[in-house]
Amino acid sequence: MSLLEFSNVWVEYGAKVVLERVSLAIEEGAFISVVGPSGAGKSTFLRLILGQEAPSRGRVLLDGVPMAAECGPDRGVVFQRYSVFPHLTVIGNVLFGLECAAAPVLGRLFGARRRAALAEAGAMLDAVGLGHARDQYPAQLSGGMQQRLALAQALVKHPRVLLLDEPFGALDPGIRVDMHDLVTQLWRDHGLTVVMVTHDIAEAFKLGTRVLAFDKRRHDPHAPHRYGATATYDVPLLRKTGTVPAPLAPTPPA
Amino acid sequence: MTRLINLRPSRRGRVIAGAVPILLLALTYAIAAALRHADNPADKVLPTVGAMASAAWRMASQVDPVTGQITLLADTIASLSRLGAGLALATVTALTLGLLLGVMPLARAILGPVITVIAVIPPIAVLPILFIALGLGEAAKIALIAIGIAPYMTRDLAAHVAGLPSEQFIKAQTLGANSWVVAIRVALPQMMPRLIETLRFSMGPAWVFLIAAEAIASDVGLGYRIFLVRRYLAMDIILPYVAWISLLAIASDALLQWIARAGFPWAHGEKR
Repeated sequence: MSLLEFSNVWVEYGAKVVLERVSLAIEEGAFISVVGPSGAGKSTFLRLILGQEAPSRGRVLLDGVPMAAECGPDRGVVFQRYSVFPHLTVIGNVLFGLECAAAPVLGRLFGARRRAALAEAGAMLDAVGLGHARDQYPAQLSGGMQQRLALAQALVKHPRVLLLDEPFGALDPGIRVDMHDLVTQLWRDHGLTVVMVTHDIAEAFKLGTRVLAFDKRRHDPHAPHRYGATATYDVPLLRKTGTVPAPLAPTPPA
Repeated sequence: MTRLINLRPSRRGRVIAGAVPILLLALTYAIAAALRHADNPADKVLPTVGAMASAAWRMASQVDPVTGQITLLADTIASLSRLGAGLALATVTALTLGLLLGVMPLARAILGPVITVIAVIPPIAVLPILFIALGLGEAAKIALIAIGIAPYMTRDLAAHVAGLPSEQFIKAQTLGANSWVVAIRVALPQMMPRLIETLRFSMGPAWVFLIAAEAIASDVGLGYRIFLVRRYLAMDIILPYVAWISLLAIASDALLQWIARAGFPWAHGEKR
């Protein structure tokens, strides 16, 4: 059974169709890169998995169960910006997820439980290379360090799926390469399933085990909003042996 | 030639430039007072600096035989405790409602219009209602201050919370936070620097409401005293009192600013 399954998913806002006939399955442990032009529903696709949005038709299944249209701790996310809490220190940001689970009323832990959580959060910070900055505030960190923190913050919850929404879009090219190495290593070490939306096609092919390209199959020049985008290309990448592009089989009419 | 918009005075230059108009104002007053006194030594409209100093000293040091208290001290304590109580009431209300409205769209839909309606009522217009409902004592004065500033503060704080990046709320939910934890761990701490800001902006209106309430029905207080001695044209007392109120306002503003900087270093991007 696949981890995530989309069966004939549509997303419509009134007459405007954003996504249409999206049917695909995502296996556990995959690193999916999602590319496509602006307005092709990449972010909508991500928001569907995040639970921030519900399909207007069709179903999204997580572990075979229809997904609730509300964000939950089984899904971690890193946005391009604003992913960390500015009022918490670096260690506080990572601790937050552990505190939410263990202290639903106070939102804080005390004593031995706090010490255990601090140790776990500290280990996570070391894993992303932020062990030296644990008492700083996000405003004092560079963009790359903030994204490292956002990754640590999400991973400490051991999410079933990690969603990355153009996570490196705002970073310098050099820092970007460092972050690619970090994400690849974390993906391997933690056995993660990752869905990453990106504008950078090279990045998509470098990191992913499978690249999804979203675009509109049909286009009505008089009513461009009447047709939605779908996964027009679904390219599994066989690592080390090179890429094997395989166009998606045409979907049956809905 | 350097454009006017690019002329930036140095730190010392700014102090001097800022002091000049204030000194000019003081000098103008001193000359005008001297001229009037040359004309009429008993002039009361523009008292000399010396006359004001001796009047202020009298108010600040001598025990009033009727009340058994030092007048300026008693007035200051009475006014500041009314102001403090009003501000505290407004702060608690604005913090609670602002948080609720900011994080819960449902609460915003239910309470938003009511608060908007209350906010447009001129507070002084409801002062008679407060006097009738709460009597002429402290409660009505405190209530006027709170009613006067709480709606503005509530709307300001709610807008601030609603304007926080939605990514933060999504992120908190993916980290397992329930509505309550999102409110107290994500929204509330980020409201605090804004609370100090909105409190600073509300201090001016709060003083207006305090002095208005004291002028109408009171037996002690800074506003009461000013309106009382007006009957005797005692400008030598009114002007020092106004200066004293300004000084208190400046001091409280500086205190709030210091609290904001010391308490919330993350909001100012400062290195620790």
